[in-house]
Amino acid sequence: METSIRETAKNVDIAIEKALTKLAVPKEKVEIKIIDEGNKGIFGLIGNRDAIVEVFIKKTKADIAIEFLHEVTNSMGLSLKIEIIEEDSDDEQVALNLIGENLGILIGHRGSTLDSLQYLTSLVANKDVTDGYVRIVLDAEGYRDRRRKTLFQLAKRLAEKARTTGRKVVLEPMPPHERRIIHLALQEEKDIKTYSEGNEPYRKVIIVAN
Amino acid sequence: MKELVEIIAKSLVDHPEEVVVKETEGDRTVNLVLSVAEDDMGKVIGKQGRIAKAIRTVLKAAATKENKRVNVEIL
Repeated sequence: METSIRETAKNVDIAIEKALTKLAVPKEKVEIKIIDEGNKGIFGLIGNRDAIVEVFIKKTKADIAIEFLHEVTNSMGLSLKIEIIEEDSDDEQVALNLIGENLGILIGHRGSTLDSLQYLTSLVANKDVTDGYVRIVLDAEGYRDRRRKTLFQLAKRLAEKARTTGRKVVLEPMPPHERRIIHLALQEEKDIKTYSEGNEPYRKVIIVAN
Repeated sequence: MKELVEIIAKSLVDHPEEVVVKETEGDRTVNLVLSVAEDDMGKVIGKQGRIAKAIRTVLKAAATKENKRVNVEIL
């Protein structure tokens, strides 16, 4: 994944310029190591030496995430393809989709394994804090989308229950992104209020009808 | 299984060369003991053990595939 080239030129600036042209990337995307500053020599005649630089293409956080996921899943005896389904232009979120067979074990009960893997991948990708923070979202076999639909229907059903019984409905504990789906599903319903109670990871949504 | 813990731990810590995993295998249970450099402890445990829990969840999935149970201990 890591690509680097070495360039030699009269001085450092020209060498870097040459390397960037060859790699065809902007300066922000590379790391530069100066191997030799070069020496103009006396009167440009005696002892002049060319400058040598080594230019590496920096790995993006998405690259790091994909590499980590490949290593982990290979070690689990799975071989899968990982595709980038969404990469924000401002690099704030990277959504990755895992494609392969037997992904059930990677999803786990209510997505617990997928969530854990997502959390670990995010830690690994964001280890270098100087590069800012990128939110990593993992999906497998369209699980997230299916879950979103299920939660949406669940929210509507339980809102109805809150209305007819006049009691508050307490949902089971859910991770933040799932609670968010519930809140969003009901925000248009004027007679329904939703809020969350408890501490992570046991925080749960409560639905009440006015 | 041992390799999996190593991969995850080494990717998380600042001193991957100090990551050591010991594996002992029982009948159906695999016991894994992970040790890391002292200042890397937080990186494999996390706030309220959140990272440790995530590592265990992933390991559990790998173990299920092999019809085994797994214990991950952090020393």
